[in-house]
Amino acid sequence: MPGVTGSSPVSSTIQNVTLRRRDVLRAGGAATLAAIAGPLRPRAAGAQGWNQAAFGGKTLDEIIRALGGSGYAVTRDVSWGPTPEIAENGAAVQVSIASTIPRTEAIAIVIEKNPGPLAAYFEIPDGTEPSVVTRFKMAQTSNVHAVVKAGGRYFVATREIRVTFGGCG
Amino acid sequence: MAAPIRIRASMQADKVVVRVLMTHEMESGQRRDADGKTVPAYYIREVSARHNGRPVLAAQWGPAVSKNPYLQFSFVGGKPGDRIAVTWIDNRGETRTDEAVVA
Repeated sequence: MPGVTGSSPVSSTIQNVTLRRRDVLRAGGAATLAAIAGPLRPRAAGAQGWNQAAFGGKTLDEIIRALGGSGYAVTRDVSWGPTPEIAENGAAVQVSIASTIPRTEAIAIVIEKNPGPLAAYFEIPDGTEPSVVTRFKMAQTSNVHAVVKAGGRYFVATREIRVTFGGCG
Repeated sequence: MAAPIRIRASMQADKVVVRVLMTHEMESGQRRDADGKTVPAYYIREVSARHNGRPVLAAQWGPAVSKNPYLQFSFVGGKPGDRIAVTWIDNRGETRTDEAVVA
């Protein structure tokens, strides 16, 4: 770390880095290196920047923890619209997710068997429909989880999408 | 210089439906080139949309979003002539913002 000598704003940054790092160590080793580098990057103009720990998470539990949850309930109050059950082209699988859970604040899509399972995270402000459509790459047939944050709690709906031709591109 | 974002926003009953098509390689970081070297990840990380300046969607993406990303969402409280702006930022810090008018 160049330029670190101990003036107070710098050392508070260091403390921050250490805390983040510990969280990630607890969550699992794979994302550790990336997470150490994460907080040192300049933050982009988004809401709170990009959640390095969540995108480095390898399991649904790790990802929900990195998003700020402590657990989740299984829900049926998510509709998948025209999301296919069998995708012929894993390079672009169109996933539609709509939550009917009151006070939905965010929707995340987790593709279990992808190298980085968290595919996308959407914050839904008041006035925006809790419904998003995006296309994803799927390495292979996998469970796809719709993670809904509503009223501070986390809910998960799952569907398997079979991929007949993988999209690693 | 990144290609413009294509944005279509149209009224459907009381909702504004926004469809967005971005031009981006969205390289996953998993692929190897002809020499067997890993092609570095290169992808959009953050997307935000504003309606007359008010945030209506904020997204964080990983490299699993498909090449030339498509995004659809909708919100209430808009009317024809309102402005929709969309911004993306990728993992190299490149950014692009474009605007459209609600039809």
